[in-house]
Amino acid sequence: MLVSVIDCGLGIIMEKIIMEHGSGGRATGELIREIFESQFNSDVLSEMEDAAVVPGNGTIAMTTDSFVVTPLEFPGGDIGRLCICGTVNDLCMRGAIPKYITCGFILEEGADVETLRRIVKSMAETATEAGVKIVAGDTKVIEGNGGIYVNTAGVGFVPAGVDIKAKNAKAGDVIIVSGNVGDHHATVLSQRMGIKNSIVSDNAPLQEMVGKLVENKIPVHVLRDVTRGGLATVLKELALASGLCFDIHQDKLPVDPQVQSFAGLLGLDPLYMGNEGKLVAIVPKEFAPQAVEIIRNCKYGENACMIGVVNTPESEAETGALIMKTEIGGRRFLDILQGEGLPRIC
Amino acid sequence: MEFSEVVDFLRKYDGRPVRLMEVCGSHTHAIAKHGIRDILSPKIELLSGPGCPVCVTPTAYIDKLIELSLEPDTTVATFGDLLRVPGSKESLNEAKGRGASVEMVYSPMDVLGLAKANPDKKYVFAAVGFETTAPVYTLLLDNVIAQKLDNIRILTALKTMPGAISYLCDNGAAIDGFIAPGHVSAVTGADYFNNLADKYHIPFAVSGFGAKELVIAIYGLVQMIIKNQPQVKNYYTSVVDSGQNDIIVNQLNKYFQPADVVWRGMGVIPASGLLLKDEYNAFDAGSQGLDEDNKRNKACRCGDILMGKAKPSDCPLFGKVCTPMSPEGACMVSEEGSCFNAYLVRR
Repeated sequence: MLVSVIDCGLGIIMEKIIMEHGSGGRATGELIREIFESQFNSDVLSEMEDAAVVPGNGTIAMTTDSFVVTPLEFPGGDIGRLCICGTVNDLCMRGAIPKYITCGFILEEGADVETLRRIVKSMAETATEAGVKIVAGDTKVIEGNGGIYVNTAGVGFVPAGVDIKAKNAKAGDVIIVSGNVGDHHATVLSQRMGIKNSIVSDNAPLQEMVGKLVENKIPVHVLRDVTRGGLATVLKELALASGLCFDIHQDKLPVDPQVQSFAGLLGLDPLYMGNEGKLVAIVPKEFAPQAVEIIRNCKYGENACMIGVVNTPESEAETGALIMKTEIGGRRFLDILQGEGLPRIC
Repeated sequence: MEFSEVVDFLRKYDGRPVRLMEVCGSHTHAIAKHGIRDILSPKIELLSGPGCPVCVTPTAYIDKLIELSLEPDTTVATFGDLLRVPGSKESLNEAKGRGASVEMVYSPMDVLGLAKANPDKKYVFAAVGFETTAPVYTLLLDNVIAQKLDNIRILTALKTMPGAISYLCDNGAAIDGFIAPGHVSAVTGADYFNNLADKYHIPFAVSGFGAKELVIAIYGLVQMIIKNQPQVKNYYTSVVDSGQNDIIVNQLNKYFQPADVVWRGMGVIPASGLLLKDEYNAFDAGSQGLDEDNKRNKACRCGDILMGKAKPSDCPLFGKVCTPMSPEGACMVSEEGSCFNAYLVRR
């Protein structure tokens, strides 16, 4: 039984994407109306102009990202939610308030229309949650095996006085992580390996917690979302950018016990496993307790905690270093992720 | 004795200098991961021996994998670590960039699904490892035979540990004690190392991979050295028995036979490898005779480092032209490699 069908304009009832959907002709128009426009419900998009014209004033933040995750849907999210969150979060990491999103779909021949419909619905819902408007879009169809890929661009506005960037970390600052690490990576890998567990991706937009940090005048020095490469990669990059020494404590790292066991079983390290709804915030010491409290009171920040401090390096080896104090009191130098990691997690 | 007293002893140890070697890549990684060197007196030196599978794989093996991956309709499936190991000219990753068909998998069993889904393609699994990983390849072969799949082969570079330890002791590696490999011991049993302890008058401590387990094993070794009582002590009794695991050993003996094989940078070590038995030759993608070991950079000292004769920082390439991002030698590739771990702490 065909649960969902669209008339592609070729007189054939379709449940799969075919090349004609990318023709630019009638089939494309019907695909856009039936799948995209009906869900996105955006006045700007519905004008069907070549470019979106939208209001805005001030300092603009812009970003772009592409999404190629396998599988397309996973516990806690899907490529639709992922692409909105990824773009929104990138804007937030500069302290911006995200406003507008564009999306370009690359669909492979054979892509399942019902799956596409769910993905687009998920995008629309996530955009509403994140307070952003989808204002422009594009669809192309290529030969292939039913894959779906999305490219997004995002625009946001940076409030006056906000200056958040990687190299702003100062000696004495406190390093905060907004919750458990490794969840998204463990979810995607479990799905791919057919391992049944109850691990759920942390795929979430972070505009609420960033907005509240900014509103409450926390002078945040650095924000970074913890995505591919995991927490260690992100912190090491920030340490290198600042030339300072980041000291963190193993016993303070928030890791879900199930993710920890899963990682142990596969010989993986949660420090190098990606998230899609966690951030690192580096703030002056005197503001750290308040910042943690603010993040904890936000929807996706209940496990936020302080994991370490930024120090002045005392040797060449400590310059730009990320060092973790281990459970037995030794020091472990952490580098950025080497090698493959897990491809296509976002 | 409290654990804190053990740590205190190792921190303050001021007896004769001791050199301890681990011969298991997972131990090398665990020692770095737990920061164990930090709590040891400068008089206790930890050396990383030839226990990381990719570190001891000769260049001819990588070259052969690349050759196979460039054949029409042939895909080489491998664990991730092997992708960046330099062959005589390039790595699998580099070859992939020019069209080689290489797929990273998490388990050799993943190849079964790939081969069934694509019956017109040939799959070669890069079967590297020690006594611990070899049993998984026998399970793969069990399945290949039972499911009558004719498009899966393995290219082996399998090694066994006692021959390598004998070789180290016979060739001037000044080692006072060995942290015996935990996983290997789970297959072979702790008694496997008795002959070596007797012959070379060197203590062995079988250890697990947790911070405390390793610290206790190191303490045990130092005590045996001080008391001049070289024995094999098993500190990993939750997993390791004194005798061998018959089921696994029988499975290994079913498919494999001992062979003289080349260890990267060290040369041929008698009876230190496993090759498929003649009756299973049909599943071999050409593993015999892969003996050439041509370093891409002649100055690389991986061989001396694996034998405990040089530290990573003694190598002129270390940290300069050889880094984890662009490894010249195999010891710099994986988190189980001694140079990789030394690089992290600029040791």
